[in-house]
Amino acid sequence: MIENKGITPLAFDEMINADSSPRQPYSTYHQWYAGQDRNRLIAKSKEAENIFRKTGITFAVYGHADSSEKLIPFDLIPRIISGREWRRLAQGIEQRVIALNAFLDDIYHKQEIIRAGRIPRELIEKNDAFLPQMIGFRPPGGVYTHIVGTDIVRTGEDQFYVLEDNARTPSGVSYMLENRETMMQMFPELFHQNRVRPVENYPYLLRQSLASLAPPGCAGKPRVAVLTPGIYNSAFYEHAFLADMMGVELVEGSDLRVIDGKVKMRTTRGYEAIDVLYRRVDDDFLDPLTFRPDSALGIPGIMDVYRAGNITIANAPGTGISDDKAIYSYMPEIVEFYTGRKPLLENVPTWRCSEPQSLKYVLEHLEALVVKEVHGSGGYGMLVGPTATKRERAAFAEKLKERPGNYIAQPTLSLSTVPILVNKGIAPRHVDLRPYVLVSDKVQIIPGGLTRVALKEGSLVVNSSQGGGTKDTWVLED
Amino acid sequence: MLGRTANGLYWMFRYIERAENSARLIDAGLRMSLTRSESSEGDWDGVLQSAGVRELYDEVHDTLTSGDAIDFLLRDRANPSSVMSCIEAGRHNARMVRTALTRETWEATNECWIELKAMLAKKARAADMPEIIDAIKRRAGLIRGAFHGTMLRNEIFNFSRIGTFIERADNTARILDVKYYVLLPAVSAVGSSVDNVQWESILRSVSAHRAYGWVYDAELRPANIADFLISNGRMPRSLAYCYEKIVSNLGYLAREYSERHAAHETAEETLASLRSQSISDIMDRGLHEYLEEFISHNNRLGQEITDGYRFYQ
Repeated sequence: MIENKGITPLAFDEMINADSSPRQPYSTYHQWYAGQDRNRLIAKSKEAENIFRKTGITFAVYGHADSSEKLIPFDLIPRIISGREWRRLAQGIEQRVIALNAFLDDIYHKQEIIRAGRIPRELIEKNDAFLPQMIGFRPPGGVYTHIVGTDIVRTGEDQFYVLEDNARTPSGVSYMLENRETMMQMFPELFHQNRVRPVENYPYLLRQSLASLAPPGCAGKPRVAVLTPGIYNSAFYEHAFLADMMGVELVEGSDLRVIDGKVKMRTTRGYEAIDVLYRRVDDDFLDPLTFRPDSALGIPGIMDVYRAGNITIANAPGTGISDDKAIYSYMPEIVEFYTGRKPLLENVPTWRCSEPQSLKYVLEHLEALVVKEVHGSGGYGMLVGPTATKRERAAFAEKLKERPGNYIAQPTLSLSTVPILVNKGIAPRHVDLRPYVLVSDKVQIIPGGLTRVALKEGSLVVNSSQGGGTKDTWVLED
Repeated sequence: MLGRTANGLYWMFRYIERAENSARLIDAGLRMSLTRSESSEGDWDGVLQSAGVRELYDEVHDTLTSGDAIDFLLRDRANPSSVMSCIEAGRHNARMVRTALTRETWEATNECWIELKAMLAKKARAADMPEIIDAIKRRAGLIRGAFHGTMLRNEIFNFSRIGTFIERADNTARILDVKYYVLLPAVSAVGSSVDNVQWESILRSVSAHRAYGWVYDAELRPANIADFLISNGRMPRSLAYCYEKIVSNLGYLAREYSERHAAHETAEETLASLRSQSISDIMDRGLHEYLEEFISHNNRLGQEITDGYRFYQ
């Protein structure tokens, strides 16, 4: 019998029902687990950590030397999603990603959604993520977001919410792949017993997808490269991993130069052209001639090459306007406007404090809400109502009244839990899910994704920088 | 291949070679200090000179003690040739060029760094030295084994090998140069036991004290030692051997790219002169002058490779 203590009474556990029986997708796994020796699992857990450490699957902490490369803890109990649940999620994600691309195309062209009065003009034009340089330009294939990582949370059997649309350069996919690799190495028998859909072909699909969107100026077989800010970037491991798995060059800005209207890389035999650049460098740093002049990470003149149709940049510059927090609250309208249908996946209800009625509601219910800065990220400038003190809430209320347009508010969701392995057995912890989506002439959603788990009991924070870990994510065939 | 990648491979293997070499020098120094009863500070002076860090040592320390010298050679970050500095720099380069390495080679390099970082976190006790030296040699051996066993014989392999042998040639030449006075014949102390220890230490610092006996006779003779380390094409740390490898790897690149650079001329000339000159010619002309010139040519070759294959621009 698996212990079921410590589950927050309100949280939905994905593995164990209230009556202690396993939920259907976990039934085979649960049976296997019941036959396992706990000490062996704990030993396996250490083994997994060693695999990660020796492979160098680490992320760097900024401002430190090599010694501070950190491991993201890996929990060896998988997160399992049934085929039926997945189909529903996949349809919703596909609809949303199609809407995001249509929205970007519209925003940088006719702006019909603004003219139709569905989105306020200043929300777009005063937004830092909006790039006027992209106005009137259509990227190869009309694709803006080649790679998307849609963050999803679950609160019940049938309740899924989209928390964020990561449409810039979503990270973490290397963990999805390495977690699976590690699980298959350690527990091959589980993959005989459960029909788990494969994720291993992601690098292949990514390369294919990128190559299929080569620019008009590309003659012959498209040459793809991954652009990294360099070895000190926190996600460098992932950049190297993806380039390696795709069999393409991993380049830095200093390797690239614009020559004869093409972006070329310095090789041991001279300069050679690149057709598709999967960049893991932010918009601001991409081209010092167009954006931040102090950027040493970018390639002077690449935007001219881009606009001349001689290189594809993935994701396109300026896609950040579609995953901005202020835009997020309009996603239901955006999805409906471009697809003509109601969204299949829900947004987390969001109050825009710029609207007087919403502001009034938020001020009256601060103790139950999470209030976020519109342009903030990483949990800065945020109020978590239920855990804040009375004084903190009062102080925050003043800030809110002063600049209401700067804030949005959302209810605190009771995220679903999946058990993790602890010293005494297993215990439930809150999780979220980031599936990865590839867009070319079709939308491909990799069946699986990155499950992040808050390792601290009761914590809702799954970020790796704040004590979060990861799990292998299984989507079953059924 | 990217010029930056070729540069990363070249330096990764230079640093790993240098780490092993620093360890070997420490080993030779420890051995020497065991074979005599009086204080051994003078020996460490020689070891620091062989490693090319004698002046650097004085910038950090006021006095020369064996403990400080060992620590300086083993783990001091202020010494770019210390074992730990080299392992870190080698691993840093490996991480940068990871896409060019097999998983086995990368993991061997990363595990080397992980183990030595833990092992050398604190100043080593004398009693732990054999274990530490052993671990460094073993780890370097594992990297070499993974590299030879799994890497394709292509341009990646060639740049890695060139880095290894340019570094090795430099190291061997420096060791000989620092000790050349020991090898000068007709010095009054020739034949004394102290001298034998000194000569043996030269062989020991290139792991050749046993092999010498196989090739020459059991007696240590200065001219034979110099011949062994300079001209003997079968001795894997000799200048001739290093240059045969450099020339053959550069040759592969020339064929692969259908392009020759100044580096090819330089390397081939050096090899030709290593083959044609007898050791007595070299000793007559002056071993020190010969080695000085060799080291500067070797540096020039490194620069020509850097330029020819666009390491930086």
